[in-house]
Amino acid sequence: MMRFLLLFSRQGKLRLQKWFTPMSEREKKKIIRDMTTMVLSRQPRSCNFLHWKDLKIIYKRYASLYFCLAIENQENELLALEVIHRYVELLDKYFGNVCELDIIFNFEKAYFILDEFLMGGEIQETSKQIVNRCIESSDMLQETMEEYMSKPAF
Amino acid sequence: HVVHGPNLPLQEMIRAIRSARTQCEERGVIQRECAAIRAQFRQADNGGRSHNLAKLLYVHMLGYPAHFGQMECVRMIASPRYSEKRVGYLGAMMLLDEKQDASLLITNSIKNDLSHSSQYVQSLALCTLACMGSAEMCRDLAPEIDRLLRASNSYIKKKAALCAVHIVRKVHDLGELFAPAARSLLSEKNHGVLHGAVVLITELCERNPEALERFRKTVPDLVQIMKGLVISGYSPEHDVAGISDPFLQVRILRLLRILGHNNEAASDAMNDLLAQVATNTDSTKTVGNAVLYETVLTVLDIKSESGLRVLAVNILGRFLLNNDRNIRYIAMMSLQKIVGTDHIAVQRHRGTIVDCLKDPDASVKRRALELSLALVSASNIRSMMKELLIFLSSCPLELRAQAASGIFNAAERYAPSQRWHIDTILHVLTTAGGDVRDETVPNLIQLITTASELHCYTVHKLYRALLTDISQQSLVQVACWCIGEYGDLLLKGDCQETEPVQVTENDVLDALETVLQSHMSSPATRGFALTATMKLSTRITDNVDRIRSIVSIYGSCIDVELQQRAVEYNALFKKYDHMRAAVLERMPVIERNSPGHTNGESSGELVKEVQPVKVKEGDAAPTQQPANQVCDLLDLLGGSEEPLKPTSAQSGPAPGQPINTSNSSGGDLLDLLGGLEPVAFTPVTVYEKNGVTLTLSCEKQSDSSMTVTLTASNSTDSDISSFTLQAAVPKSVQLHMKAPSGDSLPAHGTAKVTQTVVLNNPNKVGMHTHVKLALTFKAHLYSLYVRK
Repeated sequence: MMRFLLLFSRQGKLRLQKWFTPMSEREKKKIIRDMTTMVLSRQPRSCNFLHWKDLKIIYKRYASLYFCLAIENQENELLALEVIHRYVELLDKYFGNVCELDIIFNFEKAYFILDEFLMGGEIQETSKQIVNRCIESSDMLQETMEEYMSKPAF
Repeated sequence: HVVHGPNLPLQEMIRAIRSARTQCEERGVIQRECAAIRAQFRQADNGGRSHNLAKLLYVHMLGYPAHFGQMECVRMIASPRYSEKRVGYLGAMMLLDEKQDASLLITNSIKNDLSHSSQYVQSLALCTLACMGSAEMCRDLAPEIDRLLRASNSYIKKKAALCAVHIVRKVHDLGELFAPAARSLLSEKNHGVLHGAVVLITELCERNPEALERFRKTVPDLVQIMKGLVISGYSPEHDVAGISDPFLQVRILRLLRILGHNNEAASDAMNDLLAQVATNTDSTKTVGNAVLYETVLTVLDIKSESGLRVLAVNILGRFLLNNDRNIRYIAMMSLQKIVGTDHIAVQRHRGTIVDCLKDPDASVKRRALELSLALVSASNIRSMMKELLIFLSSCPLELRAQAASGIFNAAERYAPSQRWHIDTILHVLTTAGGDVRDETVPNLIQLITTASELHCYTVHKLYRALLTDISQQSLVQVACWCIGEYGDLLLKGDCQETEPVQVTENDVLDALETVLQSHMSSPATRGFALTATMKLSTRITDNVDRIRSIVSIYGSCIDVELQQRAVEYNALFKKYDHMRAAVLERMPVIERNSPGHTNGESSGELVKEVQPVKVKEGDAAPTQQPANQVCDLLDLLGGSEEPLKPTSAQSGPAPGQPINTSNSSGGDLLDLLGGLEPVAFTPVTVYEKNGVTLTLSCEKQSDSSMTVTLTASNSTDSDISSFTLQAAVPKSVQLHMKAPSGDSLPAHGTAKVTQTVVLNNPNKVGMHTHVKLALTFKAHLYSLYVRK
């Protein structure tokens, strides 16, 4: 299974954190520190795979964001790269040419999309179209009359 | 940029935080906003609740405390409004892990929402349960999940399946509950559901061997599904660069691996499919390689037929040539795992692997090193070592110790000749002397002593190395030792293996003194240099006074160890000069793992296998030996591989009887002191060959002790000098050797040398004795073992 997914900027600012096993706040903070240090210090043309404790860390940079996915040892690293890429594609489809600012200002949407793609540390849906359709439908649900009556000014 | 007052809309707050110029300013904004949020939470429903919680979650992500939002999450989850539920459940996943008490409070909401009329609400509940559900919550809600696994739409089924996976991870026993539903899910067409089903079945099989047995029956179904994915035409919904649903393919391959492991029947059933996937999958993109990689892992882990295994290893070999370094890296990792079991197959790719030693990526280099070392064999040692030494000279610092150590191991196992072995070790010490282990120095010394015909070559080479560079401590230590030991050979100048060079006594002493005085030399190294200088006092002729003065200077050295040595050596010059020659004489071949070999470590036995020393000698014909054994001039028993065996008591042979040189077991002829039977008091000839005769006479002193007198004589027409006898006995026996009468055996037997040995055997163990003769005959040094 996957253990955690982190998104952070080149300055090490955290943009998204998803934990698939329970961990204390202190442990999470330490892991975030370790990951940002390790990944940001990698040479530009290095391999995208690292070893950290008993896990494999798969990381990839997309524009100004680093995607860092921790998987257990029996998982397929090359597929993990595909998982990261799929998530980026989903974000891109939803936001239209997604950039870091979209994820900053609409972080809860980034989470909603992630929660349609992955669950419990496993892939939930392998079809891009189905994930996108479900997100759109969920968003629509917020647009019903009843919701509209009490809709806050986002 | 103007910052607005508290209770901003979410995006405004984010903007305000980002525009803060200092950490302090940011904290200010956040404190104000959090205060407002807290106030809002305390108020009744005002319609703005979800955005307040969202703000709090953002602040939480920046690293600020947000535990006061936990109860708000609970309230929001219970709200009838979807937008509030959505943020509430998100908040629960971020703030309410199973360790928090408040997490239990949402169990009821989840239970209700699992049966909600809207599938999107059900989805929220399922997702949250799978993310942070505690064991208790899982137990509580498991029957609900099972129900949803059987009767709902695909959207819910796929989520229920992963929820079930989480439940099984938390509460292992509940696996039984989900097994039937999991089985039936395999007949669904929806990929999401299939994927979830495969993950669930995998989880059940990994946890429970009985479940594994039962699920083996699904192999044909899984093969069918895979075939459909591989052969089917283009499916737009699941296509990734021409591969149909690679995510599902990889999961199925992994499940097949588990089901086929150690099971012939299951492995047979999947053989054709695996071959098909291996050959038909497009490997031009990463995604295809991901599937191929999983296929290879499966083939190598089940009972596949050999053709398929070769196919798998060849795929890895192709991966090594891929431009993508990720693929090269995982190929290396996989080859490492199978180098033990599929050694020959991996050897075929040795060339590519060795090329990867030059890969710019550090991780690939590391793997290539490990794999290269694993592939070294007797047949490729020379070419491999060339590559490894090139690697060592340019490899990243963090790999040097590992490379040096691996090279030493390989050299030791497969050295084609002693000279090659010594050269290789010297090369490593010159290149990476600082990264080798401590045992390297005694190990190398031991090796050098055994290669006696190379002493001249070795000491010349080391001397030259010393002149070039004295910074590598291990190299300097070995060089000093050799110069001290074989300095006479160095001074003689002529050496068959290297260019002749004129070295004077002063040159040699200069070199050692440079080491002694250099600030680069460690205390241990200086010790080596001082001892070597001292040893030279018996090997040189003209400059002994210089040595005397060096030694006396260091008698007041501030380093205690050096001072002690110098004082002792001084004493050797002054009071004990008559012993100096004997004390500083040439050392015998050091046995591996003998007490003298490494400091502090002693083995169980006193002496193990004895290898007779190879001597280059014109006179004596070699005894008949198998071609691969060293020619042993004075070998008594014929073989060099005789283990120590207890022998029964025997009386010695009558004097003058020819010695039996066959491989008789136990050497009964020469049992000197078997048990405590009375032994002949008349002198017994224990050795007679090539003009050297050694006789032995015993005198029983008491019940457990005896005096043995060894007498040696020389009937050849050349003098024998530096004649010494040494003896070794089992540990529990005490041995006292008195001083010999002399150390030279003049020609034609004009005089003899006698030496008395007192033996004490209180435990009355079986006696075995090794006696060693060391002598100089016609300017050649011999060390010989008489073994029993």
